Amino acid sequence: PPLLVVPGADPSARQLCFAWGPAEALVCETLFGSRGTGEGGPSSSRLFVVRKDQDIYIQTLRKLFNESHGIFIGLQRSEEELAGKSRKAQLVQVSKNYRSVIRACMEDMHQAAISARDPALHSQYSTQVSILSAMELIWNLCEILFVEAAAAGPLLLRLLDWVRLHVCDVDNMVREVLSSENPSKHELFWNVVDVFVLQGRMDEARHLLSKEVSANPTSVNMYKILDDLMKKMPVPSLSNTQTLTEMELKWQHWHEECQRYLQDGTFASNSHMESICKILLGDEDAILEKKELLTTWYHFLVTRLLYSHPTVKPMELRFYAQSSMDLFLGGESSPEPLDTILMAAFEFEMHQVIKECSIALSNWWFVAHLTDLLDHCKLLQSHNLYFGSNMREFLLLEYASGLFSHHSLWQLGVDYFDHCPEYGRVYLELHIERIPLNTEQKALKVLRICEQRQMHEQVRSICKIMAMKALRNNRLGSALSWSIRAKDAAFATLISDRFLKDYCERGSFSDLDLIDNLGPSMLLSDRLTFLGKYREFHRLYGEKRFSEAARLLLMLMTARIAPRSFWMTLLTDALPLLEQKEVIFSAEQTYELMRCLEDLTTGKSDKQKFQEDDVETMKVEMLRLALARNLARVIIKEGTLEGS
Amino acid sequence: MYFSKVWDKSENGDWHCTASWKTHSGSVWRVTWAHPEFGQVLASCSFDRTAAVWEEIVGESNDKLRGQSHWVKRTTLVDSRTSVTDVKFAPKHMGLMLATCSADGVVRIYEAPDVMNLSQWSLQHEISCKLSCSCISWNPSSSRAHSPMIAVGSDDNSPNILAKVQIYEYNENTRKYAKAEALMTVTDPVHDIAFAPNLGRSFHILAVATKDVRIFTLKPLRKELTSSGGLTKFEIHIVAQFDNHNSQVWRVSWNITGTVLASSGDDGCVRLWKANYMDNWKCTGILKGNGSPVNGSSQQGIFNASLGSANTSLQNSLNGSSASR
Repeated sequence: PPLLVVPGADPSARQLCFAWGPAEALVCETLFGSRGTGEGGPSSSRLFVVRKDQDIYIQTLRKLFNESHGIFIGLQRSEEELAGKSRKAQLVQVSKNYRSVIRACMEDMHQAAISARDPALHSQYSTQVSILSAMELIWNLCEILFVEAAAAGPLLLRLLDWVRLHVCDVDNMVREVLSSENPSKHELFWNVVDVFVLQGRMDEARHLLSKEVSANPTSVNMYKILDDLMKKMPVPSLSNTQTLTEMELKWQHWHEECQRYLQDGTFASNSHMESICKILLGDEDAILEKKELLTTWYHFLVTRLLYSHPTVKPMELRFYAQSSMDLFLGGESSPEPLDTILMAAFEFEMHQVIKECSIALSNWWFVAHLTDLLDHCKLLQSHNLYFGSNMREFLLLEYASGLFSHHSLWQLGVDYFDHCPEYGRVYLELHIERIPLNTEQKALKVLRICEQRQMHEQVRSICKIMAMKALRNNRLGSALSWSIRAKDAAFATLISDRFLKDYCERGSFSDLDLIDNLGPSMLLSDRLTFLGKYREFHRLYGEKRFSEAARLLLMLMTARIAPRSFWMTLLTDALPLLEQKEVIFSAEQTYELMRCLEDLTTGKSDKQKFQEDDVETMKVEMLRLALARNLARVIIKEGTLEGS
Repeated sequence: MYFSKVWDKSENGDWHCTASWKTHSGSVWRVTWAHPEFGQVLASCSFDRTAAVWEEIVGESNDKLRGQSHWVKRTTLVDSRTSVTDVKFAPKHMGLMLATCSADGVVRIYEAPDVMNLSQWSLQHEISCKLSCSCISWNPSSSRAHSPMIAVGSDDNSPNILAKVQIYEYNENTRKYAKAEALMTVTDPVHDIAFAPNLGRSFHILAVATKDVRIFTLKPLRKELTSSGGLTKFEIHIVAQFDNHNSQVWRVSWNITGTVLASSGDDGCVRLWKANYMDNWKCTGILKGNGSPVNGSSQQGIFNASLGSANTSLQNSLNGSSASR
């Protein structure tokens, strides 16, 4: 298992304490085991922040993650009803799309590597380029063998394309020779001809050869024969113009013809041409001599197949692959992880391919998406597993979990969890609760996602957390909004009480906008309703709509909407209304007010009345007086006939 | 004077120590966070025989600019007569509740009935475990099928073969916690214990830090209908046991999906354990100090390092490298 060095920590002096975080982990120096007296201990402890490699890759592979997400979603939603050929064509297209995204990312990375001044950064980018290249190589092979499931005939052509695309070491050499003034005089001329032959690029090989012969007319006869042989070589066709058997027959004849010319010594005087003829005959030794140009055993494999078994069947590949690797490596070097993966593919051991890739690659992107695609091709048997219902889900869960450590890519992770039927939801619930809600916008974004998925508990929890945070920072309006959204009546009550308390202390409301526009959410809690109505009372008073204000004020007490503790304040609020020039409260209303006041004051014991401060007693007295005066006035007013 | 420190991560991703204050008059053994639904709340426990609950007070704006925060003590729990060795908040669906355990073998469960008033805690349960306790873990499952459950570990050192891990379950009928299970195979002192997040499974997973790392599954069997009303019986299996630390294992903790377990050992290492899709547990990483002093300044003592997974020739040695600030 990989070892991470924690710089400066001394394992002989201290132990390490570990804590998981959403984006990273923390490690702290400590001393366990010093129990007993509890004396002593580390004088200073350092804190280490540990991030997974994944995070570095996330930065550089961001585009890959974003674009492949689109392809993934498209695949999940694609038409399953399409059967047979059209479905297969659809899946092959998906595979090609993934590969083009990988290539685009490679290109970007390559540019970044070139322009990087810092050698460490340059090295990082270059490494990334080679990893992506390996990924595309493997994916491409899987596409040919598994997704397209190319049959004998087309199989070879696909493999040839594959090799041509990925063996780039020789490209520079080819370019150099072709662009020189006199290619046939170039010292690497024959190497390039060989490269073309090894890759089955007959036309290009013939073209180059023609240049050589015009420079060396003496070999014109030899050349004509070789050229002819190369022109006539039968290759499998993609269209249905010939059957496999027909092709095999033609090939057999052609092979025998080549054999004759070789044995006749036709090419004896030109070792280069002779070697080419041997290659055409599929002579392993001759091909192996060109090891430097082949560069890889899988190139050797495909060349071998081209010139000895062009109609190779998929299931036969494994034998040729194993022997090719053995012959090519020749016991000098042992297979590397990439080789093992490719071999597993040639052996059609899909699970092995995925397993090896999981081990070799440090991020889950590749195996998750490839496995998902293979699963859609109905190629994976499903095992019932402990983590995730099957390998596809297991890998997708791993990949998506990794995305959650990123401050914005986590949103992609949500969609991946959506498509994991067994554990996707619970993973989403766990991860989404841990997203740091640094801003309101982020919290709203997370909420929307939860609401869309009926994750009620998470909605409630997030709103509660935000409400608490707002309350602690004395942002009452924000706290109230959040508790309304959480439908948290208890909290709404608490915050309304705070508003009211603030009002009592300061004589004004904060967050008027919010309270004025509560609408039906006012009904969430009685206290909240009171708050809203009380504010309405103040508004009416401000607009000089006194009789409406008066009615509302009274109703708040008689309908028991106002908490008892607040009645004194309400009655005090009634004072200015009582002292208006115009009579506002009707007789009946005045009696009601008096009743409320008595209700309040009779509840108290003598001792309480004694302890009440003078301001309180004075208030009560003032109220009694004002109410009495109002009563007097209103009786007269109501008793007076209009117009008299 | 025994201090606790709180570190905050700022917007640009840096960690800063925003508070450092005297919490106890003896070594502080553990510090734990309450769920953010209850605000910014911490609990600590100490050799000084107390546990305390702390709340962050939003200070003056000056403090915020200086990056400092204030913590005030809301309550001190003084019921224990010996060192309080662990304190853990219960899962949030149980309200604002916490459990402490002490060296004299008593587990106490407290509740704050009014979550807005952190100074009022009432002692709801006292569980006598008969062995000196070192650690506790609440079962995080909020499923209706599972009663509240707490695992208690003991580091009792006297030579005996008593089970050092006990499972207590809340009985709805008696309204008390009763011992449901004891892991008889764990007879060495236990230093830490942790239930894994539930993920909707019917069974529970428990990690134990003892002379090695052990992972158990507890599968509830049909509740026995005894006279005291159903106490769950469990089928216990050990799914992993690792002695790679080659020394006492002090801490175990689960990641948020319960897919990776981190263990800290006396060998100064942290090891990470993960199950593959075939349910085989393996070590997927090791963190270890190299003992060499760090070059350059380290005012805050924070170092960034990256942890990679298996390294092969598919990529160069980017893994296992560390960068310090």
